[in-house]
Amino acid sequence: MAWFRKPKQPLRSADKRDLPSEIFKKCNGCGELVYRERLAQNAQVCPECGFHSRIPPEQYLTLLLDAGSFVERETNLHSLDLLEFHDLKPYRERLAAAEQKLGRRDSVVVGDGVVDGIPVCIAVMDFRFLGGSMGSVVGEKVARTIRRALELRRPLIIVSASGGARMQEGIYSLMQLAKTSSALARLHEAGIPFISVITDPTTGGTTASFAMLGDVHLAEPGALIGFAGPRVIEETIKQALPKGFQRSEFLREHGMVDRVVDRRELKQTLVLLLRHMWTGWDEEA
Amino acid sequence: MATPLHLEFERDIVELQKQIDALLRSAEEKGIDVSSEVRVLGAKLEVLKVEIFQNLTPLEQVHVARHPRRPHTLDYVSRLFTDWVELSGDRTFRDDGAVVGGWARLNGDSIMVVGHQKGRDMKANLKRNFGSPHPEGYRKSLRLMYLAEKFRRPVVTFIDTPGAYPGVGAEERGQAEAIARNIREMARLRIPVVSVVIGEGGSGGALAIGVGNRILMLEHAIYSVISPEGCAAILWRTAAEREKAARALKLTSSELFKRGIADEIILEPPGGAHADWDETGQRVKEALMRHLDELKTMEPEALVRDRQAKFEAIGEWAEED
Repeated sequence: MAWFRKPKQPLRSADKRDLPSEIFKKCNGCGELVYRERLAQNAQVCPECGFHSRIPPEQYLTLLLDAGSFVERETNLHSLDLLEFHDLKPYRERLAAAEQKLGRRDSVVVGDGVVDGIPVCIAVMDFRFLGGSMGSVVGEKVARTIRRALELRRPLIIVSASGGARMQEGIYSLMQLAKTSSALARLHEAGIPFISVITDPTTGGTTASFAMLGDVHLAEPGALIGFAGPRVIEETIKQALPKGFQRSEFLREHGMVDRVVDRRELKQTLVLLLRHMWTGWDEEA
Repeated sequence: MATPLHLEFERDIVELQKQIDALLRSAEEKGIDVSSEVRVLGAKLEVLKVEIFQNLTPLEQVHVARHPRRPHTLDYVSRLFTDWVELSGDRTFRDDGAVVGGWARLNGDSIMVVGHQKGRDMKANLKRNFGSPHPEGYRKSLRLMYLAEKFRRPVVTFIDTPGAYPGVGAEERGQAEAIARNIREMARLRIPVVSVVIGEGGSGGALAIGVGNRILMLEHAIYSVISPEGCAAILWRTAAEREKAARALKLTSSELFKRGIADEIILEPPGGAHADWDETGQRVKEALMRHLDELKTMEPEALVRDRQAKFEAIGEWAEED
């Protein structure tokens, strides 16, 4: 037994673990502890590894729109429980809990805004609200936003984050795919740009409708984007899925997404695209 | 004919049918007259069929919609139409056997038919992928619908799918994009479009060929945002609760009609569509002709407006502070 052996020092990370979580946040990408303030300065993108943490609609509106330009619309709509759906919990209770927790009435925020001087109509989904699922209210708010873009002749931006159709609204939720896509058919014919920004995660009926109907598709790095969820596919084919399957980069390689864009460069990219596709906006303004 | 498969709740019907068959056989062997007995049993059988099929639970309806003996798209094609010319391929990747399409004549008029196609045995199902299309199936559908539009012919679609296929290749080739594009493009077709749900209306995979001016449903067909099994697995955390999920999803034809999504229910013969393919076909044909006659009088712009207004009106919400 050595008398003078240096007592083993606990690993440095043990100190880190004691650091107050209000100052640091562990990155889900690289595991490093990052100053919350630095994360905030980087739009919740890890400055070490570039991992994009999910952010709520308000942050996207701040990030993408000119300061103070956002005017929220269609705030009065809220979901009904037409099927009186009751699984392990009644749908009404799930709705009320989400409303209470998030202080909004459904999983999408819509309105008007300005992007570097260009007036746009915008919708941003909130994955935290029942998984960003699309029921009647989401379908109607998105459809109204599309119609407004058509009426005012303003480019449309939709930031998606959604698990797909809302099962608790049954066939009504499925038909929201048709409602939103039908309105987009007219926007398409009117020659008004629609840029679809796809964030983590976007699957199911949301991908199988407006998220995949943009003139240009931008995706945040590493976002899960697909039709079927990875678990459903694994269960169907009885095989493990390859690494990176259904991530933004995979979709870009397979031709479903135009560009994978770092969140911090999203606005700049939107501006460039809008100026290419939307000539004449300033004459009309 | 393949072995007549039947569902659990059809057992009494099958038993009674066997009795009648046995009676007829022995009568023939022994040369005796059993016509009055057969008449009585036959009447009893009809009553039984009606009784059983009028009181199906939602999950039983799902099973009837998936019945292995139920007529599929090509069974309707051969009964309803003449001059059938099947067309293949999406001109991009391959031909998808889960979707069939082509020119046909309905009562003398040229139409374009597109439908999901299920198989009845293992070999056919390998070719048909159990009626679950890949993106190329949807792209083929759209190609054929554009063809119909080019030559100003109406489109009739037959919906019968468990859903779009969830697989690696399907995702790589853009399952979601293919469905989304079909939905948007169907919304702007300048020709009449009538969709008939003949069996399973499985979510986005069904809607991708279902944006019609009219949606007709066979009595025992279903239309749902997710299968009862899938819904139960997610919301009840076990697929065993499919009975509850089937009830909760309100996926039967009567529910869809009540909610204004299905425009008409086509009643099935006693014992379901699988009991009498010809009679079912006749009823579908009659309904199709009636709806197409109405739509034929409409201008292209009016058809587009009608279809868009129909789908954009679906949904229920409250609007107050």
